[in-house]
Amino acid sequence: MSALGALIRRDIRIAVRVGGGALIGVLFFLTVVVLMPFALGPDLALLARLGPAILWLGALLASLLTLDRLFTADHDDGSLDLILMSRTPLELACAAKALAHWLAAGVPLIVATPVLGLLLNLDGPATLAVAVTLLAGTPALTFTGMIGAALAVTLQRGGLLLAVLVLPLSIPVLIFGVAASNAAIAAPEGGMSFSTPFSILCALSLASLVIGPFAAAASLRHGLD
Amino acid sequence: MRLSGRNLRCLRGGREVFAGLDFDAAAGEAVAVVGPNGAGKTSLLRLIADLLVPAAGIITLEGGDSEMTLAEQAHYLGHRDAMKPALTVTENLTFWAEFLGGTPADPAACIAAVGLSHAAGLPAGFLSAGQRRRLSIARLLTVRRPIWLLDEPTAALDLASQRVFAGLMTDHLATGGLIIAATHGPLGIPARELRIGGEA
Repeated sequence: MSALGALIRRDIRIAVRVGGGALIGVLFFLTVVVLMPFALGPDLALLARLGPAILWLGALLASLLTLDRLFTADHDDGSLDLILMSRTPLELACAAKALAHWLAAGVPLIVATPVLGLLLNLDGPATLAVAVTLLAGTPALTFTGMIGAALAVTLQRGGLLLAVLVLPLSIPVLIFGVAASNAAIAAPEGGMSFSTPFSILCALSLASLVIGPFAAAASLRHGLD
Repeated sequence: MRLSGRNLRCLRGGREVFAGLDFDAAAGEAVAVVGPNGAGKTSLLRLIADLLVPAAGIITLEGGDSEMTLAEQAHYLGHRDAMKPALTVTENLTFWAEFLGGTPADPAACIAAVGLSHAAGLPAGFLSAGQRRRLSIARLLTVRRPIWLLDEPTAALDLASQRVFAGLMTDHLATGGLIIAATHGPLGIPARELRIGGEA
């Protein structure tokens, strides 16, 4: 277990240092959301209605942005060879790397959500709903994205391929994430309850927590060269 | 302990690199794999490290720890140094000591053994090629593993560092270790030659 702890600590440390990916994701998220009101115009009701969807899209793209380096960086400098040779099961090592990525790049997105909610004219409860759905849903984005990152590991400039591979898998997460946020906002007036899409969102995250590491480890082993 | 390969065949990208290769190495022995560029020296090391799958043949280890695979008992020192430029020398080495498990040696002592103490707090990205090589060599010392697979270990090392490294290899062999090194130059220690692919 200390090996996995060491791997998580190292990846987080690299992510927060100069040139790491943690801040890039948040900055991208910030840019997308800040530009949106200028593009849509000063219609406050429209902004509030589109707010959850914009925040979710921003978070999805921001998490994709840094995912392509998840295994490529280790492959390029030879660390991946040593991880493959080590006594730690590759599945657990993959899970540890994804967890570290989520802690370093996913959690800051959730922390930034309340600030960005202000820009989109979301009130307190609505912002809270989006933040909670992001908390439940972004692990699914990271753990399914990891599969694409593992497949694209030997490719130079695999980022675009990663997006093509991963975005279809992210669609259910996006649908239920936005549906749960909207349900929470619209709940006082009736309509779909919050718990239905939110439960499915949690289920998607839990399923990807299990499937992601195994699929990523299998594709890393297959891609040995 | 005895490491041997029989009738090994290696394919890379559909092209045959070598076939019918046999080798033997016993504890306390160093084997220098020599041959021209592209003969498959690195491929042989990666076959032993289980990073490549042989197209034919078998690699066996007798007398090792039966609870562990061959790769788990081997250190692989490749072309790439597996050190993160953003982390300091000490952080890099501490990570590998913790990740590789077992009973890690003191990272500071390993850094001192390769003469990098003055750079211990420096990010690895600022090191020269030779210093990075020495840092990778320090990794071999952090965790005791009997088999060392070294790919061009003396590349980029100055003469003084080559002598230090030869001393470290001698110590490793004296404690029952086993070294297989792909090399073009002299290793600096007595080694049996294993030639692949004719004269260089």
